[in-house]
Amino acid sequence: MTDATNGPSGAPILEVENLSKRFGGFVALENISLAVAAGERLGLIGPNGSGKSTLVNCICGTLRNEQGAVRFDGRRLDGLDAHQRTHLGLARSFQLPRPFVTLTLADNVRIPLLYTVASRGIHLSSRSIEERCRFLLREVGLDAKARHLPRDLTQVEMRKLELARAMAAEPKLLMADEAMAGLTHSEVEDILALLVRLNEQGVTIILIEHIMSAVMSFSRRLVVLVSGRKIADGDPNDVVHDPEVERAYLGQ
Amino acid sequence: MRTPLFLLIWLGIAALAYAIAVALGNDYIFFAGYVVLQYVVLATAWNILGGYCGYVNFGSAAFFALGAYSTVAFYKYITENEFYRLPMPVLMLIGGAISGFVGFGMGYLTLRLRGAFFAIATLALAVVLQTLVVNWDYVGGSRGAYIVRPEEIAPIGSYIRYLFLVMLVLAVAAITIARLIEHSRLGYGFATIRDDELAAEACGVPTLKLKLIATTISGALMGMAGAPFPYYIGYLQPASTFGLDYAVNSIAMPLIGGTTSWIGPLIGAVLLGSLQQIATVTISSAVNLLIVGCLLVGFVIVAPNGVVGLVHTYLQRKPEDFVGRRRVGTDSPEAVP
Repeated sequence: MTDATNGPSGAPILEVENLSKRFGGFVALENISLAVAAGERLGLIGPNGSGKSTLVNCICGTLRNEQGAVRFDGRRLDGLDAHQRTHLGLARSFQLPRPFVTLTLADNVRIPLLYTVASRGIHLSSRSIEERCRFLLREVGLDAKARHLPRDLTQVEMRKLELARAMAAEPKLLMADEAMAGLTHSEVEDILALLVRLNEQGVTIILIEHIMSAVMSFSRRLVVLVSGRKIADGDPNDVVHDPEVERAYLGQ
Repeated sequence: MRTPLFLLIWLGIAALAYAIAVALGNDYIFFAGYVVLQYVVLATAWNILGGYCGYVNFGSAAFFALGAYSTVAFYKYITENEFYRLPMPVLMLIGGAISGFVGFGMGYLTLRLRGAFFAIATLALAVVLQTLVVNWDYVGGSRGAYIVRPEEIAPIGSYIRYLFLVMLVLAVAAITIARLIEHSRLGYGFATIRDDELAAEACGVPTLKLKLIATTISGALMGMAGAPFPYYIGYLQPASTFGLDYAVNSIAMPLIGGTTSWIGPLIGAVLLGSLQQIATVTISSAVNLLIVGCLLVGFVIVAPNGVVGLVHTYLQRKPEDFVGRRRVGTDSPEAVP
């Protein structure tokens, strides 16, 4: 196991230190340590039930970790509510899209603008909010459906909405939890291109994914979780050829 | 429409309603109208928590009764101590403050409860408060309390006209507050709580804080609606003040009218409230809850989104654009191949 390394752009934006999480007697995460550098593209893989989503939930504050610490942008996150972490610049998309079903698409992306962006002391006029909503929906190709309700969307559009909403919060770090599961090849390409574009704008991205081709083409660094433990961390090509990873996850 | 303009228009409508009631010259209109207006306030207040945030409150009667009993307590204190008689609006503010405080407390205690569990907790709150009042001798306990209503009040005339007028103003205030919330940042926040709290938090919405704001505003408005009630009824008794009518009506009215906008509870309360008043005179007051039950079943089957939902669906069928928040663009589902 390699130690947490600082990426090309220096200081880590996210530091997870000896994080453990139990559900009753079941150990979901055990002593996870991870440092993510600003601007990095990190892939997080592991078999079903290996604790990937639990890790995301602990970092985002949806779940509380019993042990260990999470630091983001130099601040300790433990004890902060999920919305406070979002205000600090952490954003996530959900594994199963969770749109606000009674709000239109434009209103869906409006929420982070009203709550997260405003919490940073940036007060947008209602017109610039309107423009920003349009812009975000155009970014993901949903501007034609701005006034529709989420129930009118297809699966891939739902995931694009999920990403647009995460982008609306203007995060420093985005965790995309299986943003591509169940999509066709070209749809996966669409979402990948979107994530790369975001990364080029300076957003650090953690991609949690099962589709190996997508993970390999996107990630500059790969972390493997198996049964709640981190078994590998490093260059994607080295990691997939690691004997332990092959045995536990890829090969069999 | 800007809020001041909205308020002006509704004050105009209220003035017109009052003028018509005066012109009819029969005090019964005021007695019946008072009850309808009281339900407009209760339904609007319920909808702020139940419709906007999706938290079903079965304890409306408790908040209403709190307002009523705060008036009784002050009335007793005043008559016993020869104290300056507090004007009705002040009593309403006191009742509202007490109910708002209890609403805040209820919100705080039930922060982590959702759905049916929240509903049961609010029901439990009503039972606890009723038990407290029944055992509080100062406000009459289970015997109830008598309030002597003044005959006249200058310059309005008979006291019931005054009560009607006060309730009319409160109703206008309530729908203005509801509409203000609906079109504000707070309203969007409430809607995200109704739809998905986890996603709301992930978008930066402080859901717990917003829930507390909702329970406080909703509770305060219900208490304000209850404060003049002892003067209206003359004899206040726990069993009827904490009665099922208030809890059921304040849920049924928004559901029948439509819960997503301020106009739904208004439509529901005016419809159902008037119907109940007519039924009370023509058939019997005992039939009131039956009417509510039948209408509710009917609406759940025919129009689950209430009158507002019905109108909305009707308008959506038309291809041309219409004004509204959820407008259908040129690319409506029908137009897409």
